[in-house]
Amino acid sequence: MNNIYVYCEVENGVVADVSLELLTKGRKLANQLKCKLEALVIGSNLASIESQIFPYGVDRINVADDERLFPYTTHPHTAITVKLFQEEKPQIALMGATSIGRDLGPRVSSALHSGLTADCTSLEIGSHEDKKEGKVYENLLYQIRPAFGGNIVATIINPDCRPQMATVREGVMKKEIQSATFKGELRNLEVKKYVHDADFMIKVIERHMEASKVNIKNSSIIVAGGYGVGSRENFDKLHELAEVLGAEVGASRAAVDAGYADHNRQIGQTGVTVRPKLYIACGISGQIQHTAGMQESAMVISINTDANAPINKIADYVITGDISEIIPRMIKYYKKNSK
Amino acid sequence: MNGLRIIVLAKQVPDTRNVGKDAMKADGTVNRAALAAIYNPEDLNALEQALRLKDKYPGTTITILTMGPGRAAEIIRESIYRGADRGFLLTDRAFAGSDTLATSYALASAIKTIGEFDLVVCGRQAIDGDTAQVGPQVAEKLNIPQITYAEDVISVVKNKIKVKRRLERGVELVEGPLPLVITVNGTAPECRPRNAKRVMKYKHASSVSERQNSSEDYIALYNERPYLNIPELNLKDTKAVEAEVGLSGSPTKVKKIENVVFQAKESKVLSANDEDIESMMVELISNHTLG
Ligand SMILES: Cc1cc2nc3c(=O)[nH]c(=O)nc-3n(C[C@H](O)[C@H](O)[C@H](O)COP(=O)(O)OP(=O)(O)OC[C@H]3O[C@@H](n4cnc5c(N)ncnc54)[C@H](O)[C@@H]3O)c2cc1C
Ligand SMILES: Cc1cc2nc3c(=O)[nH]c(=O)nc-3n(C[C@H](O)[C@H](O)[C@H](O)COP(=O)(O)OP(=O)(O)OC[C@H]3O[C@@H](n4cnc5c(N)ncnc54)[C@H](O)[C@@H]3O)c2cc1C
Repeated sequence: MNNIYVYCEVENGVVADVSLELLTKGRKLANQLKCKLEALVIGSNLASIESQIFPYGVDRINVADDERLFPYTTHPHTAITVKLFQEEKPQIALMGATSIGRDLGPRVSSALHSGLTADCTSLEIGSHEDKKEGKVYENLLYQIRPAFGGNIVATIINPDCRPQMATVREGVMKKEIQSATFKGELRNLEVKKYVHDADFMIKVIERHMEASKVNIKNSSIIVAGGYGVGSRENFDKLHELAEVLGAEVGASRAAVDAGYADHNRQIGQTGVTVRPKLYIACGISGQIQHTAGMQESAMVISINTDANAPINKIADYVITGDISEIIPRMIKYYKKNSK
Repeated sequence: MNGLRIIVLAKQVPDTRNVGKDAMKADGTVNRAALAAIYNPEDLNALEQALRLKDKYPGTTITILTMGPGRAAEIIRESIYRGADRGFLLTDRAFAGSDTLATSYALASAIKTIGEFDLVVCGRQAIDGDTAQVGPQVAEKLNIPQITYAEDVISVVKNKIKVKRRLERGVELVEGPLPLVITVNGTAPECRPRNAKRVMKYKHASSVSERQNSSEDYIALYNERPYLNIPELNLKDTKAVEAEVGLSGSPTKVKKIENVVFQAKESKVLSANDEDIESMMVELISNHTLG
């Protein structure tokens, strides 16, 4: 009772990164609140899925396994989640801010009349004093999220309704195994108790999913290009540098919109959030929507013809000049001085 | 196929690309008056999907529903210029401070008041609150299915709607029974422009509150041409429970708002010459930033 639940997404037998990231966060919150961490997995062919989940320190995994539960459709997943939450009364429920989580979360929160905070970038435990009511709330979930196009950051709380629900985008939280040998309890839900045939009113007729091939999120070095790179050909130079450094190539939205790079490389508010060891920003001005996705990089190099580009304010190294001259020099001197 | 009865949910939003310092009030709610108000971009994509269904299935009617302050009537005029049939402005002080759940409850109550419908079409997400929660929550409150991330409404045949969805990592073709709610993605086709004839015909359309200070000539005009009236709905009209809307009906509370500021840090400023670049690379290699 009153535990923390993480709704885990599964595609092709693999638990989504965002779910594992949330389990990692959920474990920390559970330790702080001295409650248990539970996972909810809904899908089909889920035998041995627990081996991917227990290592994150999950005390109990609730599995609803039925061939009709994959691919995801709204109603059956909502029905299971709502009923389980009514029975178990979690204090916190977390979901990925993904195509699934953002379809399911609001539906569940509406059915339970519990608040839902979208796209959190940070989750913390804290207290709240309602001066009007003269009431103090302890151990609330602070749900911290950007809004207004990233221009403000709001801390949202749900003082009275439970569960306190939040969605978080992929890559925002860190994924960390607690213990490879950790084992908790495995509970198989009796699916027909939770879902009715009528819940399957939406039929998925066709489905084409691509595994995201580019993996900028997990790369420790990122060479990111912006509109200032100027062309797809010039972007090749970034790829060359990335190859030499063992890095991945990322891009600003302006570069993606201009066709210099593919959308799956976009970093920022409407792309992925990254926190590499080193971020090399090439021809990126540093608008808030971009920096929202990279400002936690441990080190930033900015290469820009404009000495006053906003990104320079968050850079550790500011190189003022043209990328077409600087990148070849970086390649040259890396090769010369490494090993 | 007979015509469809479509309700489009459209929101007037502050242009968040230009939020000034003084646009936030102390209680954490937004001083919208300080920002330019625009038609939420994805709601225009939603309107276009509705208009395409109207082109395809004669007899279809499109009703716009917007919740907001008096000036949100602009959304209805704009929609009518582009081909919508009519619109309702849902407006009441009691709605102020609503979170997505309270907003959805108010919108769903208004939809029930407007009457029977086959389809509710919304945008995926509004650019101010940025939550994308209202569409699914309205569907839940109406107790009907939802299809989110719609990119193309392909057909409606015998009360079954076929929709192409654009997901993060792919596409899906789904089919569901009417009535339902769809939320339309920004990747769907852009909205058609205003129709000049409709602009001429409806440019004096206004709501009661907008007309409050009009001259008598105008009042006469509205009596003569009732289609120029933009009807308003308030809390009472919708029979919504007051405790379920506004701040009291909102489980989420804004505890704190911070403006995003850049933190200046000490940076090394280099030039593009060989010496500077080489010394930087040497430094990065020696401190193991580069492998
Ligand atoms: C800083 C800040 C943070 C917030 N965070 C949260 C939060 O995390 N959770 C939460 O529950 N609330 C939150 N709110 C409140 C929320 O912004 C409002 O409830 C808002 O009215 C609706 O949410 P949205 O703008 O995100 O709409 P979305 O859910 O993004 O809108 C989706 C679609 O619903 C339709 N729609 C939405 N509103 C209307 C309307 N008024 N009239 C007609 N159609 C409409 C449109 O078709 C729109 O495209 C926050 C508010 C602020 C100021
Ligand atoms: C709701 C919303 C969401 C958004 N989401 C994102 C997002 O997720 N990610 C994102 O990146 N953006 C996002 N944006 C867009 C963002 O506001 C900026 O428009 C974008 O980040 C700008 O990209 P840029 O820096 O590459 O281009 P610009 O701002 O055009 O900057 C180009 C830079 O290149 C420099 N330059 C030019 N030539 C050279 C040269 N030869 N060598 C070196 N430097 C050179 C210029 O001095 C300039 O600083 C979003 C915007 C909105 C409204």
